[in-house]
Amino acid sequence: MAGKRWQTLVVPLIGDNPLTLQILGICSALAVTTSLDTALVMTIAVTCVLGMSGVSVSLLRKHLPRSIRIIVQITIIASLVIIVDLVLKAFFFEIGKRLSVFVGLIVTNCIVLGRAEGFAMRNGPLDSMLDGIGNGLGYGLVLMVVGAIRELLGHGSLFGMQILLPVSKGGGFEPLHLMLLPPSAFFIIACIIWFIRRKRPEQIEKPEFQVRLQTRGEQK
Amino acid sequence: MTGLLDLFIRSMFVENLALSFFLGMCTFLAVSKRVETAFGVGVAMIVVQTVTVPVNNLIYQYLLAPGALSWAGLGDVDLSFLSLIAFIGVIAAMVQVLEMTLEFHIPKLHRALGIFLPLITVNCAILGGSLFMVERSYGLMESVVYGFGSGIGWALAIVMLAAIRERIRYADIPEGLQGLGMTFVVAGLMSLGFMGFAGLG
Repeated sequence: MAGKRWQTLVVPLIGDNPLTLQILGICSALAVTTSLDTALVMTIAVTCVLGMSGVSVSLLRKHLPRSIRIIVQITIIASLVIIVDLVLKAFFFEIGKRLSVFVGLIVTNCIVLGRAEGFAMRNGPLDSMLDGIGNGLGYGLVLMVVGAIRELLGHGSLFGMQILLPVSKGGGFEPLHLMLLPPSAFFIIACIIWFIRRKRPEQIEKPEFQVRLQTRGEQK
Repeated sequence: MTGLLDLFIRSMFVENLALSFFLGMCTFLAVSKRVETAFGVGVAMIVVQTVTVPVNNLIYQYLLAPGALSWAGLGDVDLSFLSLIAFIGVIAAMVQVLEMTLEFHIPKLHRALGIFLPLITVNCAILGGSLFMVERSYGLMESVVYGFGSGIGWALAIVMLAAIRERIRYADIPEGLQGLGMTFVVAGLMSLGFMGFAGLG
């Protein structure tokens, strides 16, 4: 049983990652990754909301009429997000300001609703919490990798600490400004997906139309 | 007037919700396989966005903003922490009303939009539009223009992405990049293209 719980927690990290395989919650993942600290705060916020919403939805699952369940779930999630938002405003005002609307947008983050609907409605509170935390961490893992790449290549720093000295200060590193702009996030995630699917070929999507090899001699 | 036109162009191209703020990405990537469906979602998005942003603006201005309840003699009440729940409620209600109206009056369009209409409730571009409206403190007229402009911008982006994906189906793509990976690359290139509009407005 303990092994099964551990599976619930670990599988979403890479095997069933919400970002690269389930295509959930991509919006915020791209927007908050210009630096590592915002990515970290976002990860913590999403993981908290996911864990808590898993527990509360799971506790209510036997009392909810099917027809209004989505509305109830959204209300629960929205209340949790408001709590997170207020905590951020009270204790981490600077970072909360930089995350701007994206904290509020956790409400419509498909991961949260997707897990509430897909897992918490059918499983007990403890499992749902683990599943929520696992998915939050899987989401956070991709976020942190993208954030680290973008901050390191864009500013030459990690968590605001200078690691590569830029040319303007006498070092040998030319900051790559493209990394701070939106398009780079798309490319980095594409590369991550490519990498994961190379390692795990079972995730590769089948093309709708196969290109046939025409070269004579090499034909299969 | 020029200010509003400027805002319209800016919300459509420079601050494109999908390509420079990454909002509504899930729908953007998931339903852009065919141009027709992408067009359907795009139209639904324009309509919902144009209605919800001004309505949320009114609600925020007269009910939730700090000091907004002074007309009821409650000048020092600040309900702005409720805005998230209120906005989501308004969006869900609006989508429901829209769905019923369409079903009754324009059944053809309703059938074409199908499942996408309810899905729009959890589209972050809609909620994002309302939150941006609060953050940048737009007035009523501005929020109408902003809602319309950003809706069109999003629709434009998804239709273009769908068109490119329809062509790319015949291309020979490395195995790991097939499907989702390639879509990301295409979206990145489009986003790069839209950055060219940055000087506009």
